[in-house]
Amino acid sequence: MSAGLVGIAVIDILLFLFLVLIAIAIARLRNLFAIAMLAGVFSLLSAGLFVTLDAMDVAFTEAAVGAGISTVLMLGTLALTVREEKPVTHSPFLPLLVCAITGAALIYGTLDMPPFGAADNPVQTHVAPYYLEQTPVEIGIPNAVAAVLASYRGFDTLGEVVVVFTAAIAVLLLLGGGGRSGRHGKVAGERKKD
Amino acid sequence: MEELLFDLGFVLTHYNYWMFVVLMMTGLYITVSYGNLVKKIVGLNIFQTAVFLFYVSTGKIVGGTAPILTDDPAAVYSNPLPHVLILTAIVVGIATTALALALVVRIRETYGTVEEDEIIALEHEMDAAIGVER
Repeated sequence: MSAGLVGIAVIDILLFLFLVLIAIAIARLRNLFAIAMLAGVFSLLSAGLFVTLDAMDVAFTEAAVGAGISTVLMLGTLALTVREEKPVTHSPFLPLLVCAITGAALIYGTLDMPPFGAADNPVQTHVAPYYLEQTPVEIGIPNAVAAVLASYRGFDTLGEVVVVFTAAIAVLLLLGGGGRSGRHGKVAGERKKD
Repeated sequence: MEELLFDLGFVLTHYNYWMFVVLMMTGLYITVSYGNLVKKIVGLNIFQTAVFLFYVSTGKIVGGTAPILTDDPAAVYSNPLPHVLILTAIVVGIATTALALALVVRIRETYGTVEEDEIIALEHEMDAAIGVER
């Protein structure tokens, strides 16, 4: 048990250090193209971390959606807006203080968390055994994640589809339908700038 | 092991929660500290990924394997439920990111900038102009 924990810890901490380095690089860089690329790398590395946590399906989705689609959307936005961030004028101490206090509160909260990776954690003792035992009987496929996603919790997935549909409609309304008023607004904005 | 200043077993079973808190706070810092709207969205995505990692890590069993069922009766599987919920959350997350980026494009069309302080300054100018007209 302990040897397994140490083995996981080495890989976890290595991936985590990479993730933090990338996040800090994103914070410090001002070139938005580089930031978009680093965000893609961040997603890919977090997919690696998902694999160490046994979440293969999540890793696939994160790699495809986070590193793929998200980067494409980000680059599309950069093509329509700006490439360079302007320098920050205000002091970073207040945000740093807020983050430090929030982080300290959250870490204080984790002290009561059940130990990582134990088989008798509360999360493991309710519906999960049922899903794992009944999936071959009731659904007949080996992948328990797919069985829960599409069958046991199919309404969740329906809700997800509704959210994606709503977001797609909203994006179309913002970028497609509002084209004329957008150009009008742009003229007003430019005039204001001059 | 007992002579150490801290309990190594406790650290080994809790360090991953702390890792995700650090990542989350980095994302929060990027979101609140920088004025560029695109960068704020990247910060939100980092925050979001940290929450996902935290959530999935609660379902992990050490020595277990991915919840893809095999014929081995002794196999231990990690909890599939957090994976399912986070799959849904990732897809919802990309939908909201797309919406946020579309809003950034519209803001750029209207104000000619994606910097928060410049947008606020323009808003104040517009308010002042309307106030004078009234």
